[in-house]
Amino acid sequence: MRLVILDSPKEVSEWAAKYVMKSINHFKPTKDRYFVLGLPTGSTPYGMYQKLIEFYKAGKVSFKYVKTFNMDEYVGLPREHPESYHYYMFNNFFKHIDIDPENAHVLDGNAPDLVEECNEYEKKISEAGGVHLFIGGIGPDGHIAFNEPGSSLVSRTRVKTLAQDTLEANARFFGNDISKVPKQALTVGVGTVMDAKEVMILITGAHKAFALYKAIEEGINHMWTVSAFQQHPQTVMVCDEDATLELKVKTVKYFKALSDTHQKMIEEGEPLHLYKTVH
Amino acid sequence: MSSDKLVQFKDCRILRNHKIIKEDLWVRDGKIINPEKIFFDEKIKADSVIYCGNNIIAPGFIELQINGGYGYDFSFEEKTEEAISIVGKNLLSHGVTSYCPTIVTSPVDVYHKILPKFRKKQGGSHGATMLGVHVEGPFINVEKKGAHPANFIKSYEQGLATLEQVYGSLENVKIITLAPEFPNSGAVIKELAKKDIIVSLGHSTSNLSQGEEAVKSGATFITHLFNAMLPFHHRDPGLVGLLASENIPRSVYFGIISDGVHTHPAALRIAYRVHPKGLVLVTDAISALGLQDGEYKIGQLNVEVRENKAYIKGTDTFCGSIASMIECVKIFMEATGCSHEYALEAASLHPAEVLGMQNQKGTLEFGADADFIMLNDNFDIQSTWIAGECVFSK
Repeated sequence: MRLVILDSPKEVSEWAAKYVMKSINHFKPTKDRYFVLGLPTGSTPYGMYQKLIEFYKAGKVSFKYVKTFNMDEYVGLPREHPESYHYYMFNNFFKHIDIDPENAHVLDGNAPDLVEECNEYEKKISEAGGVHLFIGGIGPDGHIAFNEPGSSLVSRTRVKTLAQDTLEANARFFGNDISKVPKQALTVGVGTVMDAKEVMILITGAHKAFALYKAIEEGINHMWTVSAFQQHPQTVMVCDEDATLELKVKTVKYFKALSDTHQKMIEEGEPLHLYKTVH
Repeated sequence: MSSDKLVQFKDCRILRNHKIIKEDLWVRDGKIINPEKIFFDEKIKADSVIYCGNNIIAPGFIELQINGGYGYDFSFEEKTEEAISIVGKNLLSHGVTSYCPTIVTSPVDVYHKILPKFRKKQGGSHGATMLGVHVEGPFINVEKKGAHPANFIKSYEQGLATLEQVYGSLENVKIITLAPEFPNSGAVIKELAKKDIIVSLGHSTSNLSQGEEAVKSGATFITHLFNAMLPFHHRDPGLVGLLASENIPRSVYFGIISDGVHTHPAALRIAYRVHPKGLVLVTDAISALGLQDGEYKIGQLNVEVRENKAYIKGTDTFCGSIASMIECVKIFMEATGCSHEYALEAASLHPAEVLGMQNQKGTLEFGADADFIMLNDNFDIQSTWIAGECVFSK
């Protein structure tokens, strides 16, 4: 596992966006060979999307031959609701870039048969040839996507009933009215993300420091689902200084000593495959 | 003719939800479309993309009071078709996409003859959409007749029957300006409101309580505020007082002429600050609208246009407004210091609300008619669009 420690959330966004851009460009996608991205929503990746839009507008990257699969979506929330992940993805990313609508996949939380929708989603991911780079964020309780504490670490895409903690945390997005927060969500499983060739997890802020500590300094545990990625051959965690507050000095110093390497990973012209060995 | 092609207007700022925001506008079948639905449901891209050079896209203006223009007077009983076609077409260059041609107090036979000719008609490159006629009079108060001929002013003694007899038919009528201080007015207003006709109070000596009664009966609009009504008095504020009345079931809308001549900037500011949500810009333009400097004979009147103002020939007496809607918008913004958004909505969303059409016109919300204008930052009209088709371009 790599841990990239940067000064601020802004730099996390920029590093992540550059890494995505470089991964796509390095792959040289064509109409017969698509690059497949897994995508998150939320405040942490927002800055990354902004940067990617900027790079797209500057002609540095194209999404013409990119397929995307989003991690999750609420059940029963109208798609045009500003808190729906469809709304988020369309307004914060898709409408600004050149992606073909056919290639942008978001779980449909209003599908008549939710189980069927989830199974189909897994099928679509395999048909696309699997995910090359899955990007995620984590919650303060260490959940990735809606794989909340206690989720099986080999779980697949499925319907999840949300924990009371999550409902309470999300109430702020629904006018502080907990009764308006959707009680269920569709989410890719930990196993689904684990299947990606590469995983990039963005973590910023002091409130996520404990989760980061659990993710990398403690053992694998389904109560902190992001810890599963210790066993993934190519995971890069990108965090800011605040998120390291619960880590040992030794851990922080160890990864910071690698910062030259981490900078090179996103430099143009630097061959990416050098960094794709198992870490 | 609206097109079933999906068109994306890009590189523009649009007026939506009372704000000018950086956003694309999507249009199909003459309506404004939610692109998110297209993206996720139909999974298609636009058939064509129009780059707008960072111009502002705002809803097309809706004119509720216009007497004519380009030498034509809607109330003059000849050449009605010509008047509709010439004025309707030229209004497009002022950013007006829908309008209510206005007929001032006229003899009964004139109503019978010309009203049937003003059929409601969808706009296009031939001209702005005709929403129905605004009949200003003849049921007004002779003491506040303004420029209306006194000998044709009438009272509605037999109630609605009188109105039907005078106008002939109410089919093409959308707005009626009447004075509410006469007997029967409550019943008449109720009947008209039932027929979905907007009752506007004006050319009246009515006091505030008479105005309030009229609003309770169903009147929703005031014709050219401050003009042809009692001046504001602190013990009886008259119709002007309706702007701040607490005795009416809903707030009123009011037309206001901001041509820089007919309403003092201070009066514009008073109206704006007291009741901003009800303010509707109207031009009340006369037939000299759009004419170059020179002398004209319009109807019975000899008119002289000098420096974009219309005078009775050989005098310094104004004979009506000749400001276009976009000029009124600019003058209003200058006078009140209101936001760009507000000024544009006072000429689009607010009149649409008067007509109860705010989901369809005067807005760029999804599902609304794709009637809009493109403006640069100086508020010069670059182009005008009706049902998604370009009907005027600079």
